[in-house]
Amino acid sequence: MKATRGAVRAHIGAVALGAALCASPALSPGAGTPWATLGLLAGLCLACELPGRFPFFSGSGPIGAGSFFPLLLTAALLLPPPAAALVAVPGSLVGRVDKPPAAARRIWRAAELALAVWAAARVHTLLGGPAALGGPAPGSPPDLPYALLPVCAATLAFSAVLALLDGSILLVAEHLPARRAWRGLLTRSLGPHLVHGLAGLMMAVLWNSSYGPPAALVVLLPMYISGWVFAQYHREHAAHRATIRALVQAVDIKDTYTRGHSERVGRASVLIAQELGMDRERVEVLRFAGILHDVGKLGVPTRVLRKDGPLTPEERRVIELHPEYGHEIVRGIGFLGEARAAILHHHERLDGSGYPYGLSGRGIPECARVVAVADAFDAMTSTRSYRRGRPVPVAVEELKRCAGTQFDPRMVRALARGLERHGWFGAVTADDTQLPPPRDAESAGPVPAPLSPRPDGTEGEGPR
Amino acid sequence: MTPRWARPGPAALGVRGAALALAAAGLAHTLWRGVHDPGHALAFGALVTIGELARWGALPGEREPAPLGAAGALAYALLGRSDGEPTSHGALQVVAVLAAAQLVASVPQLARGDGPDADQVARRLLTVTFAAVCFQPLYNAGLCERWFGDGPYYAAFLLLLLGLTALCDAVLAALLLRARTLPRGSRAAPAPYGPFLRDELRALTGIGSAVCATGAVMALGVAAAGLWALPVLCVPLLLTQLSFRRFAAVRTTYRQTIASLARSTEIAGYTPHGHARRVAELCTAVGREMGLTGSELTVLECAALMHDIGQLSLVDPVPDGATALLPAAEQRRIALLGGAVVRQTGVDARVAVVVERQADPYREQPLSARIVRAVNAYDDLCGEGLSGPLGALEQLRLGTGHDYQPQVVESLARVLARGGLTPVPLG
Repeated sequence: MKATRGAVRAHIGAVALGAALCASPALSPGAGTPWATLGLLAGLCLACELPGRFPFFSGSGPIGAGSFFPLLLTAALLLPPPAAALVAVPGSLVGRVDKPPAAARRIWRAAELALAVWAAARVHTLLGGPAALGGPAPGSPPDLPYALLPVCAATLAFSAVLALLDGSILLVAEHLPARRAWRGLLTRSLGPHLVHGLAGLMMAVLWNSSYGPPAALVVLLPMYISGWVFAQYHREHAAHRATIRALVQAVDIKDTYTRGHSERVGRASVLIAQELGMDRERVEVLRFAGILHDVGKLGVPTRVLRKDGPLTPEERRVIELHPEYGHEIVRGIGFLGEARAAILHHHERLDGSGYPYGLSGRGIPECARVVAVADAFDAMTSTRSYRRGRPVPVAVEELKRCAGTQFDPRMVRALARGLERHGWFGAVTADDTQLPPPRDAESAGPVPAPLSPRPDGTEGEGPR
Repeated sequence: MTPRWARPGPAALGVRGAALALAAAGLAHTLWRGVHDPGHALAFGALVTIGELARWGALPGEREPAPLGAAGALAYALLGRSDGEPTSHGALQVVAVLAAAQLVASVPQLARGDGPDADQVARRLLTVTFAAVCFQPLYNAGLCERWFGDGPYYAAFLLLLLGLTALCDAVLAALLLRARTLPRGSRAAPAPYGPFLRDELRALTGIGSAVCATGAVMALGVAAAGLWALPVLCVPLLLTQLSFRRFAAVRTTYRQTIASLARSTEIAGYTPHGHARRVAELCTAVGREMGLTGSELTVLECAALMHDIGQLSLVDPVPDGATALLPAAEQRRIALLGGAVVRQTGVDARVAVVVERQADPYREQPLSARIVRAVNAYDDLCGEGLSGPLGALEQLRLGTGHDYQPQVVESLARVLARGGLTPVPLG
């Protein structure tokens, strides 16, 4: 641990030293640094960072540091490399950090941005970019199609240096293997950076033109607004997730036996989907299918759901309507897609003896077969007020026994593989602390509490 | 869009007629006199066409489905010079290029069988004409150069013009939206104008300002660097449009989920079919009538959708789900239970407050809760089948001493008399 901290410090120190060396020529007396431009750009970067620091603005400003990258790239195009390196420093040093240690993170951020901007400016100068930007005089228009080349090269250099440094700190601090540390870093950021680079190019052209810096700043407005919308998107996304959870919790209000069941079925469905090699989007859909599979219980009278003891055939029929109720509730939620079919069919059995439609074999949608296995697995392994959960290996054996008649063997095998690889957490223990101790058949009053799994099959309970 | 709105009122007809006349005049004038700077006309026309084509994938919640088209048209209206050389196209040529681009862009849509929204096309044409008429004659007469020079003041002048244009656009948009609330031939008073305008003005801070900024920068960029500036400047605006589209998508999903949650009480048999949706629609109409805008309306709509959620905690359903007929203490208990569920949904905390307080006497309630209470009672009473809408209103009026606020009940009566529910613009 101590060695790690030392190594991280040394790494940050080395990068910071490199950045300082790159920037130092700007401070020498004869460098001719354009201090006015430098000061204006650095001040703007600072202004973009400040909203993150004060709670008053935090609800309205764009998140992350992406909002001022166009400014940094503008600086790389407008200023000589050593001066450009200085632009990001004040903003990074006061910017918001999410986790301690704050000082080290700020220094790291300032140093890596300084190096990246310096590299971009260097590449831009080497390709003759500054001359292509034009000037305020009538005789020097920008050489536009050509100017795109140095700008794209500079952006590429910027992205590459950032990715390299980001990966290196992951390598040193988190001990990630080299391949994982760098995987996807460059490809993910290059697209957005190119957009920022193009905005930076137009800013630089207008900055140098007779219209001056104020006109250039207007280019930033769309970028700033898209950052702001992006932040709102994230907030709305979080609210949406909370609403899905609320749907599940509404079920919990009615059916207190199965608390936490939905979330766990969601997790088990994801486990199976990943083992089957489904793509990420489909895995997400299956997570929602698992979480929402019992949402139709909202339509079942609370009295029937909470009833202790054996159900009459009439009551069982009412409970067996819950997949259809569930499908009716989520029908209007477009993004669920396939998950809606899973909710409708998660009680179908492979041999055709399930409900609501008695589909069999391949007629049952694939995702419904996944959720059915996940549902039964969690129903067997979790502890309910009236019985203890079974151990995971016993449950898997039971599932394997019923594979082919009730469950799709492919899904059962995938679950078994997934459990071997990742384990299963919180299956038996999750509810132990919250629920009353198991009731005793003799002392429970007039209605004997069921000691065996409830025979109604509402939770895919019993492979029979 | 319901068929009821398909027949435009006099205001919408006036706007469309003016746009049509302008387009005809522009095209005729340009054909007669020939095109100045054909290269620029072609480039901007192509840009606007491509931008307008983006309307296709538009989601229902988007305020400006074709920002690139708007920015391109505004930039052409405000284009004074290119690559350092002055341009010579007049305001009528701007109108002609925009009209031609709109026509070309609507061909694929017409081929699929659904024409473009006439109101939006007319609005775009009038707005851009406003900008062009303000700028082009001034510039072509050389006054612009004399007053503002060719430096920062010129840029500021363009921004000022765009600000005025945005205001003009907001006024038009509010006018058209309001015209849609009334079926043609209806004699009832239309919804008040103020809230619509306020909503439109507030929306200017979003994509509206990005469009204006890009329009100004395109005009300046082309002046400084020639036509190559156009594709480069499209990129940031496209990014903005993408963000807005993603936001609209997640927002739609979110609304669908909330509506599903609201519908769960219906499926559970606690409330009659369609109750939540009806109450939500009436509540927003009444809220708008009473001058609520923007986020207040959203909160009201959410709260109205979920106002009955507390009933899920009841072991046995209330007969017909009509909470308005229960004893006051029981109503309040259900309201509190509902508030507890809503607090978990991640919606604005104000929604939970409205749901919690929906059963209080109106003098202790916030305005949104008063509206929800009155409208909910109206729907419950209508559903009884004995009294019908008029009887229900009568009962509400009798309850204005303690339960329902008189102004809310009167607004409700006005909305019902109009026979049309106010559409809620999203975003």
